[in-house]
Amino acid sequence: MDDLKKGMEVTEAKFKLTLCDGTACIHKHSKELLLAVESELDKHGLRQAVKINLSGCLGMCKDGPILIVNPGFVMYGGVRVEDVPEIVQSHLVDNKAVTRLIISPDYLYNRFFRVFGDVDFFGRQMRICLRNCGIIDPENIDDYLALRGYEALAKALEMMTPQEVVDEVKKSGLRGRGGAGFSTGLKWEFTAKQVSDRKYVICNADEGDPGAFMDRSAIEGDPHTVLEGMIIAGYAIGASKGVVYIRAEYPLAIKRLEKAIAAAREHNLLGSGILGSNFDFDIEIRLGAGAFVCGEETALIHSIEGSRGMPRPRPPYPSVSGLFGKPTLINNVETWANIPVILLDGADWFSSIGTETSKGTKVFALAGKVHNTGLVEVPMGTTLREIIYDIGGGIPKGKMFKAVQTGGPSGGCLPEQYLDTQIDYESLAKAGSIMGSGGMIVIDEDACMVSLARFFIEFTQDESCGKCTPCREGTKRMYDILTRITEGKGRPGDIELLERLGGMIKRASLCGLGQSAPNPVLSTIKNFREEYEEHIHAKTCRAGQCTAMLSFTVNEKCIGCGACKRVCPVAAVEGARREKHRILPDKCIRCGQCYEACKFDAITRA
Amino acid sequence: MTELAQDKMTTLREFMAEVAQREYSESYLIAVLHKAQELFGYLPREVMDVVAEGLEIPTAHIWGVATFYHYFNLEPIGRHVVSVCMGTACYVKGANRVLDALKRELAVEVGQTTDDRLFTLQEARCLGACGIAPVIMIDDKIYGELDSEKVIEIIRQHRRL
Ligand SMILES: Cc1cc2nc3c(=O)[nH]c(=O)nc-3n(C[C@H](O)[C@H](O)[C@H](O)COP(=O)(O)O)c2cc1C
Ligand code: FES
Repeated sequence: MDDLKKGMEVTEAKFKLTLCDGTACIHKHSKELLLAVESELDKHGLRQAVKINLSGCLGMCKDGPILIVNPGFVMYGGVRVEDVPEIVQSHLVDNKAVTRLIISPDYLYNRFFRVFGDVDFFGRQMRICLRNCGIIDPENIDDYLALRGYEALAKALEMMTPQEVVDEVKKSGLRGRGGAGFSTGLKWEFTAKQVSDRKYVICNADEGDPGAFMDRSAIEGDPHTVLEGMIIAGYAIGASKGVVYIRAEYPLAIKRLEKAIAAAREHNLLGSGILGSNFDFDIEIRLGAGAFVCGEETALIHSIEGSRGMPRPRPPYPSVSGLFGKPTLINNVETWANIPVILLDGADWFSSIGTETSKGTKVFALAGKVHNTGLVEVPMGTTLREIIYDIGGGIPKGKMFKAVQTGGPSGGCLPEQYLDTQIDYESLAKAGSIMGSGGMIVIDEDACMVSLARFFIEFTQDESCGKCTPCREGTKRMYDILTRITEGKGRPGDIELLERLGGMIKRASLCGLGQSAPNPVLSTIKNFREEYEEHIHAKTCRAGQCTAMLSFTVNEKCIGCGACKRVCPVAAVEGARREKHRILPDKCIRCGQCYEACKFDAITRA
Repeated sequence: MTELAQDKMTTLREFMAEVAQREYSESYLIAVLHKAQELFGYLPREVMDVVAEGLEIPTAHIWGVATFYHYFNLEPIGRHVVSVCMGTACYVKGANRVLDALKRELAVEVGQTTDDRLFTLQEARCLGACGIAPVIMIDDKIYGELDSEKVIEIIRQHRRL
């Protein structure tokens, strides 16, 4: 291990700039920003004195692009190319920070970033899985090594027997972060016990939940952590091959993984005789091809084998018969990222964080109608309210909170009265949702819950692999019923029918996809039944989203500005300038664009 | 077949020959299809036959796999692929309106290509940029915080390219 670190370049740069290189910041022109910074540094002859680091997603997408200057940890947000000369001149030459661009120091993210690396609670976030994201250059293994990277592996190989590693993971209380929350240690133990000439370790990076991007950001920001976790597992269960199954839709994450694997091979952290031991292990990448069901472990294994990604009944579990029929250990990206920390800081420390049944932290992708969208990592036991209001900053535009959706298409929607629910596997299940893999979507009063339920069923219906009838046909029936309700053609008894169907699909489906597909519908019926009833009996949608039930008319506030007429895609608005306009009901397709375009509240939606 | 297509076939055959050396070589079918799509933009019938030959797998099985996964295109695609994210975060922030605007502007339905072969309209499930929802991706570039007007402007810019 020490040999490894010897070769590392010691940076003596006067300043260190970190530029967020996550997807959202790239969208906000972080690449152009990088070029501008480099050329400005050249102008001042400062290129040698400043080290520039690209980081993975810092989780502060709203304020991007983000530029951090160290020492001093000054964080600039919303930086534009035009701002660069000022930052370089003022901050790097004259040593005066550019206050107008600094993101408020009270900003919660800022607080915990400053104390980064410390394992204490700060603010309400705590980063274990994402500990290096935004801190290191993900494409440079030296950065990872400098922050105790691969030390856990060295410790395992030099000081622990495979059984001791398994025991430590078991003692930590870590549970799978991919959704089901099965005890990671037990899974390792089962696979370790199997006798076979060959075993496999798989990292599930399929991240199918449409509204979640934790795994992507974790890999983009710190790929080596995941690799280290897998190598340690290989040692613990006696496997010599690892596979990362990752979505093809994540090109940047794939590229960073490829680089990380190559660097690890160069440093003898992968390959034969790892770190001078007699343990051999190698990792390869396999790409998914856009099928949600391939996140399910047996389907995923079929996909790696080159077939259609269809699930099969369990048992046998993959730990007994998995990839190519061999015992296989499969864990989620976030699960893997916790492993090195557990070995380094100990199971006792890890299990001191969280609740009785759920240990450690959980990463959530916070999105939807909330101020601060991005990634948050919080200790288990944090409440939904803390995440949405204290970290997320509440609902924008003074709107009312309506529900929070967790667990994606397998999860549920929780209304206001559940906001004080603590995040852990059991509490969320009791409240009627699930932990899921970490998607957390905040919904405000503008959303129609029936339409939202229909949205999720449309998704699962589309992604159902078709192997078992309850899932294939049942979700289709549910979709048809929900569609007619949103179109104002709902019938009395439809709610009960949905409940009956949902119950049957849950009981009779082959895999987790079908078994959980009705959840979004059932949970919205449970918590927002009156909205379903309004749609069916009164033919109204209180959120105004089910446009088939709406009509648009112009009221007396109209000043004849013509904004509605310009946006109308079907020329259904008529009227002369400065005179009251009129919407032709026969032509109107109820798209609602006039309603949004009007600045005078002159369009009535009923 | 044009010379260019010949070259691409050769590249594909070389890739398959390399894969065939590995253990469980038939398990690399999806990787080979990815390679083929990268080369040809979609999976034409003849290419599947070549893959069947190269990997010694029945064409029927290859069709089964290619049709199962959404990522593979079985029809030729336009010069620009416009993917509208229909993930939950984008949905909640009005992705429907963005999609409707695109359908009208391009006069195609999802999965279709415009007559001038410039644009193919597709749906995606979460592009991982939920923080700036609603989001579309044109080729490899992400555009976020959209509404129906902005998205039409973006399409018009691409027409001028
Ligand atoms: C329909 C379906 C989709 C799933 N998608 C994912 C996924 O995208 N990522 C993931 O890690 N696990 C997913 N899972 C869970 C996996 O089957 C498996 O439980 C998990 O990878 C085990 O890892 P863990 O114990 O670390 O959570 C999915 C399960 C089902 C039923
Ligand atoms: S839901 Fe659209 S980017 Fe995630």
